[in-house]
Amino acid sequence: MATVQHIARVEHVSKRFVLHKDKSLKDRILYFRTRNQSKTDFWALSDVSITLGLGETVGLIGHNGSGKSTLLKVIGGIIDATSGRVLRRGRVAALLELGAGFHPDLSGRDNVYLNASILGMTTEETDAVFDDIVEFSGIGEFIDSQVKFYSSGMYVRLAFAVAVHSDPDLLLVDEVLAVGDEPFQQKCMAKIRQFQREGRTILLVSHSADQVADVCSRTVVLDGGRIVHDGSVGEGIRVLREGYERDRVAAQEAAAAKESPGSAYVGAVTISEVSVTDGSGEPIGNDQVAYGTDLVVTIHAEVHEPVDWITGFTFESVLGQMVYRLNTEGLGIDLPSAPGRYAVEFRLPRTNFGRDRIIVSAGATTLDGTTIALLNPAAHLDFEEDPHGAGVIQFAAVGSLRDEVPATT
Amino acid sequence: MGSAATSAVTQRVIDEPLREVGRVNGRGRSTWSAVREILAYRQLLGRLVSRELRAKYKNSSLGVVWSLMRPLAQLIIYYVAIGQFLGAARSIPDFAVFVFTGLTVWGLYSEIVNAGTTSIVGNAGLIKKVYLPREIFPLASVGGALFNFLVQFAILVAATFVLGRPPFHVDVLYVPLSIAIIVVLATGIALVLSALNVFLRDVEHLVEILLLILFWASPIVYSAGFVHGAIGGTWLEELYFANPVTLAVLGMQKAMWVAGSEDPTQYWPDFLWLRMLIALAVSFVFLWIGQRVFSRLQSNFAQEL
Repeated sequence: MATVQHIARVEHVSKRFVLHKDKSLKDRILYFRTRNQSKTDFWALSDVSITLGLGETVGLIGHNGSGKSTLLKVIGGIIDATSGRVLRRGRVAALLELGAGFHPDLSGRDNVYLNASILGMTTEETDAVFDDIVEFSGIGEFIDSQVKFYSSGMYVRLAFAVAVHSDPDLLLVDEVLAVGDEPFQQKCMAKIRQFQREGRTILLVSHSADQVADVCSRTVVLDGGRIVHDGSVGEGIRVLREGYERDRVAAQEAAAAKESPGSAYVGAVTISEVSVTDGSGEPIGNDQVAYGTDLVVTIHAEVHEPVDWITGFTFESVLGQMVYRLNTEGLGIDLPSAPGRYAVEFRLPRTNFGRDRIIVSAGATTLDGTTIALLNPAAHLDFEEDPHGAGVIQFAAVGSLRDEVPATT
Repeated sequence: MGSAATSAVTQRVIDEPLREVGRVNGRGRSTWSAVREILAYRQLLGRLVSRELRAKYKNSSLGVVWSLMRPLAQLIIYYVAIGQFLGAARSIPDFAVFVFTGLTVWGLYSEIVNAGTTSIVGNAGLIKKVYLPREIFPLASVGGALFNFLVQFAILVAATFVLGRPPFHVDVLYVPLSIAIIVVLATGIALVLSALNVFLRDVEHLVEILLLILFWASPIVYSAGFVHGAIGGTWLEELYFANPVTLAVLGMQKAMWVAGSEDPTQYWPDFLWLRMLIALAVSFVFLWIGQRVFSRLQSNFAQEL
């Protein structure tokens, strides 16, 4: 195709929600004069413009409340934009909530036909794919029982099966892939890949950066109803994580502000700073850390009162997953309990982390494990991505090919 | 799937022009395009109606018989209390057929309005998750009500045969006119009320009460003759006979209640035909207004539910 065809175009869309605090007639009449005070405007989307090209798989990411679902609903036509417009063509299937049209008292068979017609299929079209739907869902003989007797997994599987057999040109997926057991999730991802091969367009909302990185060719990051990034997947995920980190820092500060003194030793030790340098003492700062770089993590602590203490640091992914942890106890270092300033240095030779961003936090505890000081986040590290593989760690991997000589007998 | 399928899918999309999604704020779509959209979803409409009916009677052994119990119970109450104790039956021949005819028409009207009012709120799960022309939900209530009406009407016809007064006369032409008035008018009202109910849940309770009152504003358990006798010649009588529901009830009685339409002592308003045709025209205007109102309000359904 010479020119890229568009399947949907969102032009300067804004969406305002008015939050009413009253609902009944009585409230509205009684508080008629002050009703404008009981209304709060909330802009779920502000001036959002995106274009979906035919056959693209776009990941829509952003933290909770950033407007992802609203945007999906606006594109799906479920809610109208306050301003701006959405242009679209082709058949749309919205996997916003699986089984939205299921009636618990009807049989699986009836519900398949009902749900298919909700998705715009005719009876003949449904007849043609009915057996495929049943097979994909794995419902088998239960197809003629009432849906209310289904397990929640069966319910979701049947609904997903209907949706993916509805022959959509544009599939809107809102986190539904998070439900179901692992084999089913894999089945869903396989179906999505098949859709990609068939040239269908997919707009996927997900909280799983891995999932987005896995299938999407482009990401759109929303924050507070605005597009903050539209482009490559890796960059998009980084932008999202910076947002997470910012939120985390804010939450931390808020929590620290109202923290009450727990242990008698709290404040006995303070960690003022954690510095990360390479092997030769050059600070890392915001530079990307190359594969094999030696890292030196130095914890600068001050002991105010005599206490037996341990200090150490933790590397975490942005999503809070622990990647590596090391402390003085593990290394067999006894720290002096006398008041004074100390710099505790940890050397990590030839690091090979594969995560693009790692949060460093440092803490100090008493010997029995009570936390007496915490600096989180203390620093962050961006590692260069593995050019070949993917994961938490990386290797200087090489591959080769040779002919396998069949064993001659 | 191979590359042939690939190009088929893409080609299908390219052939279609880009169209604006939804009914853009401030200028609702024309009624005509709404009608076209609903026609495209007529299969779904049929399925929604059958879903309601089948789900309603799925786990009961008597099934659809239950939909007859209510009008039959009403029939007995009115027959005994109004007909015998209050003596209305003395001046109304075949009182049971008379009452049941009125109840059948009223049942259709009240069921459309009642079920229609709650239809949008009741289908909140679907409306929030999938785009469908939302008119489909009140219309599905109309379909369900029509089914119950047909069952009841069949009983009525059977009863006229059993009592030896089948409606074999030209007045039977009032039947389609009467049904048309009720369906068109009640659908228009249901559209407006279903949309309002989303924003103010008080509407459904209000509707229940109003229907209870309006039941007595039509000659269902008393004959039109009583009204003529009491307020004949005043503007109140004109108002009473201007009620489209009253006219529809009268038309149905004229057709099905043979004992009354042949009885010269019964009172029938003049030009019933003409009045009913005007009522039908007015009902269509109501329906159109109802659709316009619905169309305006429906853009906020998904977020208000």
